[in-house]
Amino acid sequence: MAWFFKFINSSIGKKFIMALTGLLLSLFLIIHLGNNLLLLVDEDIFNSLVGGLGGLKPLVRVIEVLLAILFMIHIINGIRLTIQNKKSSPQGNKVNSGTETASISSQTMAISGITILAFLIFHLRTIWVKFQEMHASQDHEFFNVVAESNIGFGNIWITIFYIIALILLSMHLKHGFQSAFQTFGLSDSRYKTIINCIAVFFWFVIPGLFITIAIYFGFFFNN
Amino acid sequence: MKVTLQVWRQKNRTTTGDFVSYDVENVSGDMSFFEMLDMLNNSLISEGEDPISFDHDCREGICGTCGVSINGRAHGPLKGVTTCQLHMRSFSDGDVLVVEPWRASAFPVIRDLVVDRTSFDKIMEAGGYVSIKTGGTPDANAIPIPKFDAEEAMDSASCIGCGACVASCKNSSAMLFVGAKVSQFALLPQGKVERKERALNMVATMDDEGFGNCSNTGACEVECPKEISIINIARLNREFFKASFN
Repeated sequence: MAWFFKFINSSIGKKFIMALTGLLLSLFLIIHLGNNLLLLVDEDIFNSLVGGLGGLKPLVRVIEVLLAILFMIHIINGIRLTIQNKKSSPQGNKVNSGTETASISSQTMAISGITILAFLIFHLRTIWVKFQEMHASQDHEFFNVVAESNIGFGNIWITIFYIIALILLSMHLKHGFQSAFQTFGLSDSRYKTIINCIAVFFWFVIPGLFITIAIYFGFFFNN
Repeated sequence: MKVTLQVWRQKNRTTTGDFVSYDVENVSGDMSFFEMLDMLNNSLISEGEDPISFDHDCREGICGTCGVSINGRAHGPLKGVTTCQLHMRSFSDGDVLVVEPWRASAFPVIRDLVVDRTSFDKIMEAGGYVSIKTGGTPDANAIPIPKFDAEEAMDSASCIGCGACVASCKNSSAMLFVGAKVSQFALLPQGKVERKERALNMVATMDDEGFGNCSNTGACEVECPKEISIINIARLNREFFKASFN
């Protein structure tokens, strides 16, 4: 196992862990989006699907724990990398070359990451906690909580916060995807075109659809 | 034309430096950036002041000795050139130019704009070579090498080790330099024999020397005077990954 620890403690190994955990976390977005798109389809279908998840509790719990572990590794590794990088580069240039040499999304990964974490904590403490209570009390009016309640899109400030967080998620994924496949050494491979298409799906299509849901329920539903 | 320079002045490794402002007049657009500094230094010497120290050697853009940051850009604003090949016509009359040494904890400032790049030498000592008797120049095509591989290896080998990649990286990462060196050998038959040890040892030394971790922002390839592509970093990652798991 010595070789494994040597690998994950190396500069490339740490980036590799960052890329792998990031990609696995991104996969969850597909499931979550698939579920949420039902909000736009039909109230009853959404309610019965979320209600049905109550019956799959052991499986859902396992996935939740796995996601939490992935998040912890991604965050701790990110903090570790940031501290080391600051140590390697204690004094920057007096003049910052800004976006002349690198994209905004690549230079703001820590800021976008922290905002996404804040959003996630808020999202779990409101919607997720509420849904757990509703599962326990056999209340299946999940749609109303999301679309109309004060902890959902019924609150304009929450809608705006969701949209900002999702734009930052898009920026995080835009650089994250390109960076992950560069770290895996695949950015110059024959799969380059496929990888670029998958990247656009993750940083543009997925956050775009989440934002569409937020805008629809925040500004147009019941108005 | 006239330019105002804000130059980082630092006596030695242990003292803290600061910016000093100089007005330089009668600058010709055909002067190189260093000829302009030479002119300023001449006047500083005649006034009894310490001239500005900066590294330079060939002044032909091939040795990799020179390098300063000008307005936050490694080797200045022009793409694909070293500082010695940068001419004053790239600037306008009245410009204020902030001139700094490479900023990285692995490149400590020795004096003014001169930094210690021994850390690059140590990385090269860790694997930037082939351990075979190469003898004289071999006959062409004695070892068949695909044209594409030869071209790629030559592209990587054009790295002059100036350190602009480290200076332009917000994390002071040396991955483009190490990637180019590992690639130039890994692509050719003579270098493939030691590719595993080379990738492991050069990365380990890079980490030990205190360079940061690559964030894949791509700033290094933008600033590289030899326009080395970050594909070399992808190849380094592959080489290191394969070497670690085999």
